[in-house]
Amino acid sequence: MPRRDDIHSILIIGSGPIVIGQACEFDYSGTQACRVLSDEGYRVILANSNPATIMTDPEFADATYVEPLDVEVLTKIIEKERPDALLPTLGGQTALNLATELVEAGVLDQYDVEMIGASEEAIKTAEDRDLFRQAMNEIGLRSARSEIAHSMEEARLAMDEIGLPIIVRPAYILGGKGTGFAYTPEEFEHVASRGLEASPIDEILIERSIKGWKEYELEVMRDHADNCVVICSIENVDPMGVHTGDSITVAPAQTLSDVEYQEMRDAAFAVIRRVGVETGGSNVQFAVDPANGDQIVIEMNPRVSRSSALASKATGFPIAKIAARLAVGYTLDEIPNDITRKTPASFEPSIDYVVTKIPRWAFEKLPGASGVLGPQMQSVGEAMSIGRTFPESLQKGLRSLEQGRFGLNADPGEDDFNALDDDQLLAEACVPTPDRIFKVEVLLRRGMSIERIAAETGFDPWFLDQFSMITEEREFLVETGFDAMTTRSWRRAKRLGFSDVQLGYLFDKDERVVRAARLAAGVRPTFKTVDTCAAEFEAETPYHYSTYEDEDEVRPCDKPRIVILGSGPNRIGQGIEFDYCCVHASFTLADAGYETVMINCNPETVSTDYDTSDRLYFEPLTYEDVMNVIEAENPVGVIVSLGGQTPLKLANDLPPDLVFGTSPESIDLAEDRERWNALCAQLEIPQPPGGTAVEVEEAVAICQRVGYPALVRPSYVLGGRAMTIVYDEDALRGAMKELANFGSLGREGGLTADRPVLIDRFLEDAIEVDVDSIRDKNGDWVLGGILEHVEEAGVHSGDSACAIPPPNLTAQTIEVIEDYSRRLAERLDVVGLLNVQFAVKQGQVFVIEANPRASRTVPFVAKATGVQLAMVAARVMVGSTLDELRNHGLLVEAVRHGHVAVKEAVLPFQRFPDVDTVLGPEMRSTGEVMGIDASFGLAFVKSQMAAGGKLPTSGTVFFSVADRDKETGLAAAHLLVELGFEIAATSGTATYLTDNGVAVGLVVAKITESGEVSEGRDAVELIESGEIQLVINTPKGRGPRADGRRIRLAATVEGVPCLTTVAAAKAAAVGMQEWRNSELSVTSLQDFLAVRRPDTRG
Amino acid sequence: MSQPKTIVEAHLVLSDGEVFEGEAFGAPADVAGGEVVFNTVLSGYQEVITDPSYAGQVITFTYPHIGNYGTSALDKEARRPFCRGVILRDLARRRSSWRSDEDLDSFLRRHDVPGIAGLDTRRLTRHLRDSGAMPGAFGTADQATLLAAAKAESGTDGVDLVSTVTTPERYVVGHGPRKVVAYDLGVKATMLRHLGEIATVTVVPANTPASEVLAMNPDGVFLSNGPGDPTEAGPIVNEIPKLLGEVPVFGICLGHQVLALALGGSTTKMKFGHHGGNVPVQDARTGKVEITSQNHNFAVVPGSVPGVTETHRCLNDGALEGMVLEDVPAFSVQYHPEAGPGPHDSRYLFDEFAELMDSVRPVAARGE
Repeated sequence: MPRRDDIHSILIIGSGPIVIGQACEFDYSGTQACRVLSDEGYRVILANSNPATIMTDPEFADATYVEPLDVEVLTKIIEKERPDALLPTLGGQTALNLATELVEAGVLDQYDVEMIGASEEAIKTAEDRDLFRQAMNEIGLRSARSEIAHSMEEARLAMDEIGLPIIVRPAYILGGKGTGFAYTPEEFEHVASRGLEASPIDEILIERSIKGWKEYELEVMRDHADNCVVICSIENVDPMGVHTGDSITVAPAQTLSDVEYQEMRDAAFAVIRRVGVETGGSNVQFAVDPANGDQIVIEMNPRVSRSSALASKATGFPIAKIAARLAVGYTLDEIPNDITRKTPASFEPSIDYVVTKIPRWAFEKLPGASGVLGPQMQSVGEAMSIGRTFPESLQKGLRSLEQGRFGLNADPGEDDFNALDDDQLLAEACVPTPDRIFKVEVLLRRGMSIERIAAETGFDPWFLDQFSMITEEREFLVETGFDAMTTRSWRRAKRLGFSDVQLGYLFDKDERVVRAARLAAGVRPTFKTVDTCAAEFEAETPYHYSTYEDEDEVRPCDKPRIVILGSGPNRIGQGIEFDYCCVHASFTLADAGYETVMINCNPETVSTDYDTSDRLYFEPLTYEDVMNVIEAENPVGVIVSLGGQTPLKLANDLPPDLVFGTSPESIDLAEDRERWNALCAQLEIPQPPGGTAVEVEEAVAICQRVGYPALVRPSYVLGGRAMTIVYDEDALRGAMKELANFGSLGREGGLTADRPVLIDRFLEDAIEVDVDSIRDKNGDWVLGGILEHVEEAGVHSGDSACAIPPPNLTAQTIEVIEDYSRRLAERLDVVGLLNVQFAVKQGQVFVIEANPRASRTVPFVAKATGVQLAMVAARVMVGSTLDELRNHGLLVEAVRHGHVAVKEAVLPFQRFPDVDTVLGPEMRSTGEVMGIDASFGLAFVKSQMAAGGKLPTSGTVFFSVADRDKETGLAAAHLLVELGFEIAATSGTATYLTDNGVAVGLVVAKITESGEVSEGRDAVELIESGEIQLVINTPKGRGPRADGRRIRLAATVEGVPCLTTVAAAKAAAVGMQEWRNSELSVTSLQDFLAVRRPDTRG
Repeated sequence: MSQPKTIVEAHLVLSDGEVFEGEAFGAPADVAGGEVVFNTVLSGYQEVITDPSYAGQVITFTYPHIGNYGTSALDKEARRPFCRGVILRDLARRRSSWRSDEDLDSFLRRHDVPGIAGLDTRRLTRHLRDSGAMPGAFGTADQATLLAAAKAESGTDGVDLVSTVTTPERYVVGHGPRKVVAYDLGVKATMLRHLGEIATVTVVPANTPASEVLAMNPDGVFLSNGPGDPTEAGPIVNEIPKLLGEVPVFGICLGHQVLALALGGSTTKMKFGHHGGNVPVQDARTGKVEITSQNHNFAVVPGSVPGVTETHRCLNDGALEGMVLEDVPAFSVQYHPEAGPGPHDSRYLFDEFAELMDSVRPVAARGE
């Protein structure tokens, strides 16, 4: 049956901000869906609060609502747009949960909206653990022995029934949040109560733990004619016990016989049919007992997922795109396979390579987190790699992570593990951590048997044997020595995935020397094609990966080619914003007549979609791998400044004439402290006083000169890595010591004369401002946006809320800021984007730093102003002038009036209960949302709502601020009282407030150490009992004091909005006041920006 | 363990002169050869290697890692492999599966099947795809010897391979309530296992006269899969007309092709055939798509068979995949509904065969 004609408009719900467990894979899937449904002629309405996404570009939908993802807001959108259908299966768990809520609230019925792609019943059956278990029983499939509990009493009964060890999984949660193991009754008490709290319906599933079993996933699609296909099988290298998002996984399954695989395939189809997913993609997870092949269904997701993004990239089969078509009535056989163009989508991809996915964690940013992996997902991103064999694929994947590792050891990063003795290594290898695989390799190298390691760690012996092939090859290489390497031995090492860096380490040679010798021996990579069919049919799509074989499949091309370097795996500080920039560059450079060549290794992204660029290379972003592509493609230029720090770091190593845009020389000028200071002095642009230090005493001397507080940070790092503010000499000494000893920092920089510590006077209570602008080769300059931060300087710009247009800056200040920005761009000879950070204190503007590259704020500015900064910058980099772009209509006037946009950061603290939630100079947010409305206050309230901290309209505010914040906090307190809130405060704050005319309704007891007897209830008890609707708590001095920390933790756990700066409290108070006086309204980006979708790009 | 393992260099040379460098495994061979084909399954290598339909052929696995889960007595499709050799990218050194009783290398040695590994199997596959399946020779001999051997290989056209794989004597398998006689043209064990669930199956040699079959008073006759060119499948083509109308007939793969020939249809050799576990086949009557397991180099020419309804088509290339006779109870499919290896989507066809037999001769009417 072809497309449905009875529906005309479709609402797609996106997944909102990037959070752990829900990342850019849903931008990828949502973007595909928007494109497909537009191509099919439907009116597409999109709701997504995340401005950094490509899908929220106004040209991807007819009406784009960058509004909070909340039932009330969605109801308004539905009321306004009256869509015929709602497609909730491409926006992750967020969209699915909202769809369920919309059904339950009767909204879909009321407005006659049909849910397509899933049904309420199917969502419930898949999501509700009890219903799911019953359903599995009905179709004769085993799930782990389990019981449902809604209270601790029920939970304890279930524990007695099932027996330890036990795994607790909350119902209706995302990425395994609140899931945990218990080996003892005490641990059970803890994880069960945490699970009950995490579940929005207070329901947990208590299961017998099957830790150590093998884990598999099948990506399944079904159409409404009941045709079912498996797109991809995935096997976890880590056994059961580690969340699949935190496991190294490989596709296809490696250690299942066909008999077992087909049994699993049959089961997966039975599951999708029973759950009732009528059309679309689902993912079904299985556990297999390695001792006897017993199979158990773990869970299914009735929607596209992170795994389906992986499966799409791994096979070339675009699951989201096909799912969108199936949802509007097509059957699989009616949809062509894009890659072969001759065969239909109703088939099962066959692949002739091995795909490995490796997660990337951010534990170094979250002091206090244990770093031990478990059933709750903790990784913030992932890299995917393709090789002809598993060892090749694995080593490529490890170097794709960009964490200073270049493969499975055989690099300087292995030293830490080499130092440990066997017993310690084995003990550590049994605990799932990000480093486990490296420890296992050391054990293999020391001759420990595969049987023993398999028994202790649960890794399948086949995988261990594959690791040991790498280990044995390493020993062979060392024995052979650099001088005796033959063509054959180079080739064999490369076929096992050894990077030139690893070979250099083993031979004690520089990477370049290795590369030269290898190339001289005639050993260079060949590029193969991802074609869905293992070469059975000709592929039309140039989607390549490197390997060392006979035949290269890269086709020649007459058009000039431009290589765009992507941003690699998501991490804190470098995420979807940069993918957005790269994708925009690809689109616009294709329009400009270039053949675009994308290199990236992040399977979640739009940039790694095979139809985003003319050519896609799924490769690690290292010098070696990038040079291989450059040599294969012979491009006219390489774009390095749109993918964040990753490609920028490579810029110096690439042939200089190939680097388009701002020169590496200018990049260094902005980065090198001494040169930068000289430049600012020359331009007479004030900077906060400061200096650089390698030794502690130098640092002390600087602070004696400039005064405290001071901002201390290492050079050449991203996302405010290891930045701190010190208020006295002791703290300074501590910070310096920490920087010198910081293990992981050694990999990223370390303390040397080349990479000293930067120390600046910290400007307290200054307003921080970000400016994005573009300069062309002729010196013409255009302002993109001036963003005023809500939090004061000192909170990392990525973690701070910020607003366009700036609500508090005077016209005069803005003029100064523009002037400084323009002059800096000129002096740095920028060709492309420049981001400058300023601090404004008492009307004086200080420059903090300048980065001649795309910044994190580029997509937000574009959504707020309508100026496509990334596209304009890409064109400027290849030589267009701003005037030309204005004439072509690509560079438009910014829309600066009629609305205010507020960006708010989304933080991962709920995942890491042991980490303090206070904001500081080190960035810790994973994603962002945008609130957009007629005024700053309303936009701010929307941004809080979108970020998950919906501000209350009435109730009690717990107010506890540091002494230095009391004066500024007073205004917020006054406003809150005016709004009718009751104020609760600890005695110190209460006295201050009362003395200054603010009525304090409730004086709260001081939080006491355990064992002490306190008078009355303390703040934690009040928060836990639900009597507090908003917490305003600012940290007292440097270093979180235990009481503040416990208050913030309680708020995080209870889901009570918690503001940790006075500035945010003021903004919130203003916003709540305006909110109170106006009705919630929703407006599409197209209306805000007065743009309509052009007909050319569907 | 300094040198990972002793490598025995070997080459594969195709009849058109294309050379591939690799290393020998399995049974030692200076020169081994046959028609080189490729198979795209991701799992199920043992079932493929032991499928008698590969008699005369050398199998290239497109998936690089082969042997990961070893071999198992449970997964044998015939008493021994009949293929001439195995080509793959990477042979597992260590097998890992509770089901396994032997590793693939030992299994192949034991059955005297040589192999060549380490070569660029994707290049080989693309070459076969573009130039068609062709004879080749591989082994430790020099390239000139291998080229000569490749050129001397006859391929599978016009060669009677059925007689090399069929059972020498009849035997009985299964315990189902019906009586089926199965012509063994190269039958797979999984096929007999499925037939055995619906019938008690007497497996007979390929040259068994129809009269002998009918004398057994079966409820149905099954025509199995088998190797090579259907026009060289021996006397079976002449026997089928004597069975049609007398007893329900079900044919699979070569059985489908010889049924078509017996009805006056024609067959053709395909460029490189269908060998894999992911082939979409659509039932023209219902529109349903089945993902099928396939292994054939020859195909029935669409429209060439009189008196049949063409029921199934391959969605990749339009190949005829199934037919039903209009006037007599008989049907056949080109693909492998038994699926060993492969998806189970089409196993219902065995039930349809049972229903067909019951419609002709109700269970009550059977003289047990």
